[in-house]
Amino acid sequence: MVTDFSFIVAHYNYWAVVVLMTAGLYVVVARGNLIKKIVGLNLFQVSVFMLYISMGKVTGGTAPILTGKPEIFSNPLPHVLILTAIVVGVATTAIGLALAIRINEAYGSIEEDEILAADRAAEQQDACET
Amino acid sequence: MMGGHLPILEVMLPLAAAPLCALVRRPMVAWGVAVAATLFALAGAFMLLTQVWSAGKLFYHIGGWAPPWGIEFRLDAANSFVLAIVSLIGAVCAIYGRESVAREIAVQDQPLFYTMLLLCFAGMLGVVSTGDAFNLFVFLEICSLSSYVLVAMAGARERRALTAAFTYLLFGTIGATFYVIGLGLVYSLTGTLNMADMALRISDLGDNNALQVGFAFIIVGIGLKLAIFPLHQWLPNVYTYAPAMVTAFLAGTAGKVAIYVMLRFLFTVFHPAFHFEAVTLQYFLLPLGLAALFIASVVAIFQSNVKRLLAYSSIAQVGYILVGVSLANISGLTAAILHVFNHALMKSGLFLAVGCVVYRTGSCSVSAFRGLGGQMPWTMAAFVVGGLSMIGVPATVGFISKWHLVLAAMERGWWPVAFAMIAGSLLALFYFGRVIEAAYLYPAPEGRLVTEAPIGMVLPLWVLTVSCLALGIDSEFTVTAARAAAEALLFDPHNGLPAQAGP
Repeated sequence: MVTDFSFIVAHYNYWAVVVLMTAGLYVVVARGNLIKKIVGLNLFQVSVFMLYISMGKVTGGTAPILTGKPEIFSNPLPHVLILTAIVVGVATTAIGLALAIRINEAYGSIEEDEILAADRAAEQQDACET
Repeated sequence: MMGGHLPILEVMLPLAAAPLCALVRRPMVAWGVAVAATLFALAGAFMLLTQVWSAGKLFYHIGGWAPPWGIEFRLDAANSFVLAIVSLIGAVCAIYGRESVAREIAVQDQPLFYTMLLLCFAGMLGVVSTGDAFNLFVFLEICSLSSYVLVAMAGARERRALTAAFTYLLFGTIGATFYVIGLGLVYSLTGTLNMADMALRISDLGDNNALQVGFAFIIVGIGLKLAIFPLHQWLPNVYTYAPAMVTAFLAGTAGKVAIYVMLRFLFTVFHPAFHFEAVTLQYFLLPLGLAALFIASVVAIFQSNVKRLLAYSSIAQVGYILVGVSLANISGLTAAILHVFNHALMKSGLFLAVGCVVYRTGSCSVSAFRGLGGQMPWTMAAFVVGGLSMIGVPATVGFISKWHLVLAAMERGWWPVAFAMIAGSLLALFYFGRVIEAAYLYPAPEGRLVTEAPIGMVLPLWVLTVSCLALGIDSEFTVTAARAAAEALLFDPHNGLPAQAGP
């Protein structure tokens, strides 16, 4: 049986999207360190940027600048959308990091299990007092 | 000229007022700006609602660019009704904020708090008004990012608010990113972002794998924002540790906006592809709705913190709404939209009442409610009305929407579902019963002398409580509005595409 890899190879950018997406999501879920979670979230978002850019690309297309000559243009709309999405991503990262700093100040740790343990200890103390 | 630009002013005025709050740096001035902006939005929303009822639909092309190229604001009976809900809850909460925020937030942070509140408010109004699917994502993120900050604002007093906000950020961003992935797939198939245009092109596509994957991503993404049952993990901590007024605001608005987005995608955008939608509704949303209804209600019974109890109750109420939606007929959808409105009224009212209790006693545990029936009569009376409404006692809004939900289930012939909803209401009796029992049947802890909360808090609370009773006795306005909204979603012949649009 002859396996034709050309389809897979020709869509290498989509494979990168899938790998980044799942890796990012995995890091968010599996890592306890809050900064690593934010890194994972960024990977996840970047994969979506790549998905949009890939789908806007037209083979042989250039930037859509009006020159008078009939040319093939790439679709500029996904790029514009992703510019917005990048801004949103940066804002999310900024808030996430700011929260991580505040959490570090309040708990003295950015490890999820240590934070949960501290919360649990505080709750038990509350229960004893009342 | 003003009237023609009202759809955009409705969103832009709160958005423009937000940085103004940050600039003034005086808490009371910032509060005044926030109240003025939300009251403007409230008046605007009701003007738009009456205009939509008389004129059918309103279209506003931003910058004069016609859709599907330009961004369009499109108001029909469905989203103008949600606009009214959001602006009503926003205005009431903003007024309530004066005393509550002054107590819970440091003085130098208060103007920034109102900035975030207005940003969040404007974001929600934008999500509801826009007819452009990517614009919706941008507004959704404006609203989500500011709500993460609003929740974290309580962090100075309660550090668990910070971790709650962080978890909220992770879940919210994953949800929004899922939505963008789904939208990207749909865009790659349809080449348009205008929702009405998208609906037309989807109907021409027929069965398509990428479309189904896109649909799944969008629904799961919004489901995360909406806290559909297994995706609700972020919600209890957020509602418990956020400042009292933020909890009331988010409980009455954020979920409702997410439900609107889900309905818009289920019925307007993907309407023609009903064959796989019906599968989604009956085998996916209905079981999840019923599971939410029972599991979250049972969990609520065992909570000792009243805010957390109400948070689980919110998850259960999302279950009711999903059951109504999954009936997928006009009565079911009417009932679901009715419950969206009514639940916003009663749950915001309940959280405002808890806010009053926290203001006086500094605690929101069930034991802190002991003896409050005598010490804070107005607050507790409002809490009782809200509680009875959640249980579904006649003469409250809760009865009206549960009645319509049960009738709709029976109309569809789903008797077990109708019984399940009634049984779920009985569970509400247990968890509200515990709080009301503590308030009226137990003496106040010795040495605690608290009085009624300030008038600036009790008055907004009673605005919601009175409307909860008034609309429960005469439900004509809400039922008519909800039915019109359901009709706009279900039977809109050309998906509301104006004649001049579409290539």
